[in-house]
Amino acid sequence: MTFDRLLNALAAWILALVWVLPLAYAVWTAFHPAAYEARFELFAPLTLENFVKAWDAAPFARYFLNTFILVTMVLAGQFFLCTLAAFSFARFDFPGRNILFALVLLQLLVMPDILMVENYQTMRLLDLVDSIPAIALPYVASGFGIFLLRQTFMTVPKELDEAARIEGASFLTILWKVYIPLAKPTYLAYGLVSVSHHWNNFLWPLIVTNSVETRPVTVGLSVFSAVDSGVEWSVINAATLMTSGPLLLAFLLFQRQFVQSFMRAGIK
Amino acid sequence: MHRPSFRFQGLSGRFPGDIDIFRTTDISVMRGSKFRREWITGWLLLLPALVFLFAFTHIPAVTTILNSFFSTPRGRRPAKFVGLDNYEQMIGDPVFWKVLWNNLWFALGTIPVSVALAIVMALWVNEKLAGRSFVRMAYFTPTVLPLIAVANIWLFFYTPGFGLFDQITGFLLGWPATNYLGNPDSALNAIIVVTVWKEAGFFMIFYLAALQSIPVTLKEAAQIEGAGRWTVFRRITFPLLMPTTLFVCVNAVINSFRLVDHIFILTDGGPDNASALLLFYIYEVAFRFWETAYGATLTVALLVLLSLLALGQFFFFDRKVHYR
Repeated sequence: MTFDRLLNALAAWILALVWVLPLAYAVWTAFHPAAYEARFELFAPLTLENFVKAWDAAPFARYFLNTFILVTMVLAGQFFLCTLAAFSFARFDFPGRNILFALVLLQLLVMPDILMVENYQTMRLLDLVDSIPAIALPYVASGFGIFLLRQTFMTVPKELDEAARIEGASFLTILWKVYIPLAKPTYLAYGLVSVSHHWNNFLWPLIVTNSVETRPVTVGLSVFSAVDSGVEWSVINAATLMTSGPLLLAFLLFQRQFVQSFMRAGIK
Repeated sequence: MHRPSFRFQGLSGRFPGDIDIFRTTDISVMRGSKFRREWITGWLLLLPALVFLFAFTHIPAVTTILNSFFSTPRGRRPAKFVGLDNYEQMIGDPVFWKVLWNNLWFALGTIPVSVALAIVMALWVNEKLAGRSFVRMAYFTPTVLPLIAVANIWLFFYTPGFGLFDQITGFLLGWPATNYLGNPDSALNAIIVVTVWKEAGFFMIFYLAALQSIPVTLKEAAQIEGAGRWTVFRRITFPLLMPTTLFVCVNAVINSFRLVDHIFILTDGGPDNASALLLFYIYEVAFRFWETAYGATLTVALLVLLSLLALGQFFFFDRKVHYR
């Protein structure tokens, strides 16, 4: 029994080490001079020069700002639209409700990414190509968000709702004072999942942006590290870590919340 | 008939005191206006979300199908109806079949391995283990990284002769420098490895949540009966994890069609389309060759494939999901 357990622990650790290896390697090269890219010496000199070089070589500050605006825009839009829609599905009775809900759920299968060809035409029609709203708009009405919030709103006891109504509160007041406060953990979970998803999103921003003023960090990074640009590996790795840095740091600090959020978002 | 819990007054509001008056009024008279007001409020709340949902999901899905029957508009030449020409082109397009085949391999290579790994990881992390939080963090971290950054990290990892991969195999096994990404035989596998690395930790989370909801008494009862660890897993834990497995598999299948970001960095679909997937090919056709009509046709193929898989998975798993 104990031997068995020991073996399991050993295997778990080996897998964990294998799993961090690529990242650890990237960290190693990013913090050491180029000469130590493939030479591992314990006392190799540490340096931040790679980060400085990367920062100077491409407009990363602008990319970060773009990503920040994008993520905020998407999150605000999602919270607003999904809250109203979820409230409607959870507490109102109207003809066509089930069909509309099925149409909402359809988006879990057919994501906007898959329809990029048509969505690009739409953006051209709206004259929004190469703008940050163009990246955000297809995602603001999230089927997943509506579903998640609806499930949460359904668990709110009807008695609370009724009591507020007898007091004469309007339905928007009830939503604001009863439902939203009770759904806070869901908002946190959904917010974390959404932010990390849109921070990391690449394909649609790649298509719909083509200037420094609109590119998010992911697209900026891919432009920067394009194979034939001849940038040193250590600098590319520094840029890579830099772009994922804020998210990674947030994850390390709030590990428990992150894991629980992803869990909560996954379980219906 | 009378449902006091659903009494919305619309935007006008009412005095708190008149609720009794309301109740004593003839319900059949009041019901019409009350219900219609509730309908309208419900629809109005839904409207903003539906506008966006229709504008960027449902309408594009329909126009994709329509556009697949037209030619690509060029300059002043508008699109004209071409019937099934685009579909004929697709069926005759060797690259289409190649990327479809690649996508099948990609799905077969990533889904079972990442799901199995996720279960094993969750089982390990769920037990008492020295340094459990480090191990859990190690498994989960790739999930937080952008796929594009992951690709950069792994590109360096795979660099022939110089990357860590070659250094390790060279040092331990004496293998010569190998160009994993430049070889048509190994390029797709190299991409599969990266995807598994990225996905497994994400799926682990769901299993971890499911494991924590399984009552310990079940396991203890089985152990009293003399069941070993493997039997407990096979007879108790695994069947109880079935709903999670369904959820994770649906996610994994959708991901196998959706995750293409890393291909841009690692291989750009090459060599000779050996590592191109369907969505990547749609991107190439629509935004590199600007053949939007053919791009729409390929998108229809992807939509059909996704719906078939969704249906198939639903019926296949439906029988097995329930607890025995």
